[in-house]
Parts: sequence; structure tokens; C-alpha cells
Amino acid sequence: MALTPPDDRLWWKQPLHGIELSWITISFLWGLLMFGMMVYWHLTGDQNLSNEAYRINPDVYAEKVEAAAEEYMVREDENSGMPVVHPPPGSDVYMLARLWEWWPILELEEGKEYRLHLSSLDWMHGFSLQPANINLQIHPNYEMVLTVTPDKAGEYGVVCNEYCGIGHHQMLGKLIVVK
Amino acid sequence: MSNLMFRTCPETGLKVHGPAEALIKANAVVAVVFLLIGGLFGLLVALTRWQAIHLLPADLFYLALTAHGADVLVFWIIFFEVALLYFASAILLNCRLATPRIAWAAFFLMLAGAVMANVAVLQGESSVMFTSYVPMKAAPHFYLGLILFAVGTLVAVAVFFGTLVIAKQEKTYSGSVPLVTFGAVTAAIIAVYTIASGAIILIPTFLWSVGLVGEIDTLTYRIVWWGFGHSSQQINVAAQVACWYAVAALTVGAKPISEKVSRFAFLLYICFLLLASAHHLLVDPGISSEWKVFNTSYALFLAVLGSMIHGMSVPGAIEVAQRKNGFAHGVFTWLRKAPWGNPAFAGMFLSVILFGFLGGITGVIMGTEQLNIIIHNTLYVPGHFHGTVVAGTTLAFMSITYLVVPLIFRRELIFKRLAQLQPYLFGLGAMGISVFMMAAGTLGVSRRHWDMAFSDAPFSFDYPPAAFMMMGLNGMSAIVASLGGVAFIVVIVGSILFGKKRDDAFAKENPVIFQGSGATVAHHGDAGSLKIPGTTILVAVFFLSFVLYYFVNWKYLSEVWPLS
Ligand code: HEM
Ligand SMILES: [Cu+2]
Ligand SMILES: [Cu+2]
Repeated sequence: MALTPPDDRLWWKQPLHGIELSWITISFLWGLLMFGMMVYWHLTGDQNLSNEAYRINPDVYAEKVEAAAEEYMVREDENSGMPVVHPPPGSDVYMLARLWEWWPILELEEGKEYRLHLSSLDWMHGFSLQPANINLQIHPNYEMVLTVTPDKAGEYGVVCNEYCGIGHHQMLGKLIVVK
Repeated sequence: MSNLMFRTCPETGLKVHGPAEALIKANAVVAVVFLLIGGLFGLLVALTRWQAIHLLPADLFYLALTAHGADVLVFWIIFFEVALLYFASAILLNCRLATPRIAWAAFFLMLAGAVMANVAVLQGESSVMFTSYVPMKAAPHFYLGLILFAVGTLVAVAVFFGTLVIAKQEKTYSGSVPLVTFGAVTAAIIAVYTIASGAIILIPTFLWSVGLVGEIDTLTYRIVWWGFGHSSQQINVAAQVACWYAVAALTVGAKPISEKVSRFAFLLYICFLLLASAHHLLVDPGISSEWKVFNTSYALFLAVLGSMIHGMSVPGAIEVAQRKNGFAHGVFTWLRKAPWGNPAFAGMFLSVILFGFLGGITGVIMGTEQLNIIIHNTLYVPGHFHGTVVAGTTLAFMSITYLVVPLIFRRELIFKRLAQLQPYLFGLGAMGISVFMMAAGTLGVSRRHWDMAFSDAPFSFDYPPAAFMMMGLNGMSAIVASLGGVAFIVVIVGSILFGKKRDDAFAKENPVIFQGSGATVAHHGDAGSLKIPGTTILVAVFFLSFVLYYFVNWKYLSEVWPLS
């Protein structure tokens, strides 16, 4: 019984049952296949995170985001007054997270590639682009860069999905994809 | 050692050490109290996330969520695990518990820590979630409470190891330790590693909270914190699997099909734990894909291999035993005729199934580097772990409690009908919260979020209506789970206080544990004769679901914007 010492003192010498051995083998091979799948997706899949990230001082990052916003701002959002920034396709685009907003509003073109930079000025935040359902952990002091190709026009919400204090649920940003 | 301190269990014949028994009772009772408190907070949280009810205001919601996470995940589970460790060492090995005094000190240290952390949370300045990510700051006594609790746990684990040494020296058992004890050893070894990681991160964080240490790097914090946070889940799995084997043995006389295989599976948990925190960092910046893929693969898949093995061994052992018990007919007669009216058996079997299908499969999927992009920090995550730690661990612990009450507290269960119903109620509710949170998560809904309608936000954004429906269903399941939880507490506490005393004569006449001869497999050379067709079918269904659902998620991922 499982509650008493094994009847057979030499339990480790007992042969394996065929069915157990088969299950262990299948499970192990399945693990290998799942490992292979991640590698395979890196080679052929379209959705992989970049490994590009830099250590950065939050003030320096804020300056970069503000500079880019100033250069490519096209209008102000009617309700919030937040700048709407429309950088040229193929360029570097910047968004920052801080208590409790995503800044600025980005306007991107459908089917074009962008290098998206993300970082936080204070606490950790979660970049959750909805309904595209892309979720990234955003740290202060780390600038994450990834290449994105918005493939569907529309208005997207940038939800903060890392708890960041009492204003967490108000931290909603906007990203627009135009044709 | 004076023999006065021992009694002989009329049912099992085990020599039971009085002080050990008292400590088991104390730890188990406190555990159940924290389950009650934490479960209540869970209900409040779920009713707040049910948008049509939206019960609590934002600040109380975050407070309740912090208290819920700490009380159930940390205090309920670990107090209960300490009780299990003492049971698996002193009781199962016929031995005295090493230094009961120190074990009591550990108990009070843990209790003081748990109370302190709860006070800190209820005071309202520590709504930082149980992960307490820096630089969000809680009150110093929040961290201090957790540290005291961890130190107390470490001492309790030391008492467990001390007891093993005494048992070996005093030769209170012969041969190898029982499988359940082996599982407990696994849990205890992992606990040491876990608590060390916890100390490495919580002590500096405490010092930072009182101003003695400068900034703490957020990425380092997450890496080390999850060394603690994830490994502790591995303790839960080991403890829960040990409970499965124990309950299967006591309710249907099941014997492990193969001691070697089951022990090997436990060893896998220990060996492949290192850096298992990696799968919490799959979408963090500054960590390379190679590191993520490598560290999640061996650590995740080989530990999962352990669980997949137990996933066959436990039902397999039950099938073999049931066939010997006279239900050899057909493929599933053994299962149909299982003691479903015994809450210990029902809870254990539901725990096996729900843990595998809900918690296990989804955990592997979330732990896949690229798939994490569509899951990270959505409600899918709590959905997954309510499959593991609620439908799996909590239900398993509840099921063994139905045996602890008559055998250790020596009381008859009161409200037997309610007790019979309880595992189904709680299992159904837990299944609901798991499934519906995962469904909402698949639709993108954020975890730890007070307002999925974003009414106070500068912009508007609407999650799909189905997501709101899922959160409504989640709230209803939470009510069912809570009823199941309350039923558990009423039965257990009521029985301990008011149940009929089971003296030796009464226990002999009304045994709670399985009385047949039990199955005897695993004799040398019977490798070919193992017949478990029912289990084979169950395992095949599990595997096919796993494969199917795994690729469904890749399909979802392939529809996301191209990223590189
Ligand atoms: C009556 C039973 C329970 C109900 C109704 C319930 C419900 C919930 C809900 C709705 C959430 C919030 C998800 C979110 O907004 O992020 C949650 C979080 C959580 N639950 Fe439960 N739960 C129950 C039992 C348990 C048990 C028994 C455990 C552990 C053993 C547990 C562990 C957790 C943890 C660790 C969290 C995450 C807290 C955080 O994000 O910081 N729950 N639960
Ligand atoms: Cu935020
Ligand atoms: Cu947030």
C-alpha cells in the first residue's frame, strides 16, 4: 500500500509494465515535440517576440517619446486632448506607460511594419493590446523593442493588465490602425 | 520515549505519537480557518468581477484580492502541508515527532506571520497582491509577516526531516519509506529550495520598505520571486499527489502499480524545478528567447512528465484494486462501482481529473514561449491555477480531511449527506471558475482588474459581450464553489466539535478505511499481466484533448498581428 513501506524491498528492480513504459515514452516524446514546436515557430512562424531590449533611464525614455510625439503629432484626441502621433511606416514608434496612462495615442497604417518601443516610467505595467490580444510585461528601466505589422484597421484599446495600484483599471490607452 | 505518548490506531495498527497528533490537528484547523477567510474574499472578488453586480469599490476589491491570494494560496495550503508532513513522517513511520516543542514554535511563528500579513492587508496600505512586485510598496509588516511565516515553515520542514532521521535510527519501519512519505519528502525538499528563494527576495524587499536598501531591479525581482512563487506550486503538486495515493489506498485499497515508476515521477519534480520561474517571464524584456525556450522546456516538460506519469498511476492503481475488489467486469465497471458516496474517494478522483484536464493542459500551453503572448496576465492565468490549486490541490486536501477527522481527531462525521455532496459542489464550482475565467482570458480580459467596462478611463473600449457573460458565469460558479467550501467547513468543524467520539471499540466496528485485502500487483515478474483498459482509455482521452487544445492555441496565435 502507498502508506506502508513497499512489500518488495527491492522495488527498484521490478520490471516496468509495458503500458507504463509506453505512456512514459509517449509523454516524453510529446515534451520533445512541444520543445520543437517553439523552435519551429521561431524559424517559420510570424508571431515571435524580439530579443531586443535596452536598459534605459526613465527620464531619457520620456524625452525620446516626447520628441517623437512632437515630430509626428497629427492632431489631438477630442475628448482626452492626448496627442495622436502618426509616424512614417517603417520607423521607430514610441509609447510609454506611467501611473496611470499609456501615452501618446499611436496611429499606424495597416500592413506596414513598425519598430514599437515600450517602457515604463515608474512601476511595472502590462501592455495588453485588445482585441488583437498581444500581452507584454512592461518594466521601468527596460526599453523593449519589437517589430509589429498591424494587419487590421480599427481602434484598439491598450489595457494595462499588470496591477499597478488604485488607478490600474483607468489605465486605458488607444492605438489606431488606418488603411 | 515513553510509550504513554503513543496509542495504537485500531484501524491501521499504526503507532500514533500523541504530540504529533496534536500538532497535526492544530495545523489542520488553522489551515481550514484560513481557507474560510480566504474563500470569503474569493467570493467577494468574483462577485465584483461579475459586472452586473460589481460588488466592491475599487480599493476594497484590490484589498480583497490581495487577501484572497495570500490566505488561500499561502496560508491555507502551507498550514495544511505542514500537517501532511507530520502525518507522513511521524504517523506513517510509527515514529515520534522530532522535537514537538520546536514544532510548536514553528506553528506559532507561522501563525504570527500569517496574522501580521493579514492585519497589514486589512489596514489597507498593502494592497499589492501576493506577488508584491516592486516598486509598489506595502507596509513593512506585510513583508515581515511573510518572512516570519516562511521561517516558521522552514523550521517545520526541519522537524519533518528530523523525524525521518529518528525513524531511520530507531528502525521504526523496515525497507524504504512508504510512497506517500516519499512524496512528502519531495515536497519538503522543494520547500527548502522555495523558501530560500523567498528569503532572497523578501528580505531585501522588507529592508527596502523600511528605507535601508535602495532601488530593487524589477526584472531581478520577478526572476527571483517566481523562483519562490512557482516552486511553491511544485510543493503543492507533490503534496496533492501524495494525498491521491493515500486516499486511494485508504478508500479502495489501491497499491501503486509500480513503486519504481511512481517514485521516479516524484524525483522528476525535484530535478526539473530549477529555473522553472522561466515560464513566468516569457514576455518580459531583456531575456533571450533561447533562455526562455531552453529553461521552460526541460523544467516544464520534464516536471509535467512526472504529473503525466502519476496521471496514469493513480487511476491505474484504483482500477487494479477495484478489479480485485470484485468489479472486474467490462471496461469501466470498476469506476462506476467506485465508492462515489464516500467524500474522500469522490474528492480525490475529481481532483485527479480536474487537475489534469483543467490545470495541467492549460499550464503547459501558457508555458509555451510564443503562446504566452496571447495569455500573459489575462484572466486565463487565474483560470488555469484555479484548475491546479483549487480543483486540484484544495479538493485533494479536502478529500484527505474526510479521513483525518475519523482517524486523527477520532470523531464521526456529522451531516453525512452534506459531506457526500460536498466534493461535487466544490468540484463543480471550482471547475466553473476555472473554465469561465479561462474563457474570459481567451477573449483578452485582464486579470486583477476592477472594471472591465472601463467606465472611468479616458477612452472607451469594449470587450466582446461574451466576455461579460463569462464573468457572470464565473460569479455563479463562485457561489457554487463557496457553498461547497462552506459545506466543507461546517462538516469538518462541526464533526471535530460535535461528532460522536470514535473510541477503539467503536472504530473497530465502524471502520472508515477499506477493509478488503486490497490488490496486490507489482510482484516480481507480473509485468505482462497488468490489465487497466479503463485507465488506458481515460489516459488516451486526456492525451488527445491535450494535443488538440495545444494546436488550437497555436491556431489562435497565428491570427495575431505579425510580430518579430
Ligand atoms: C470559493 C472559492 C474561490 C473563488 C470563488 C475564487 C475566485 C477568484 C477570483 C474571481 C479571482 C480573481 C481573478 C482576478 O481578478 O485576477 C481569484 C484569484 C486568485 N485565487 Fe481564487 N477563488 C477561490 C478559491 C481559491 C483557492 C482555494 C485558492 C488557492 C488555493 C485560490 C487562489 C487564488 C489566487 C492565488 C488568486 C490570484 C490573486 C492575484 O491575482 O493576486 N483561490 N480567485
Ligand atoms: Cu499600469
Ligand atoms: Cu495596471
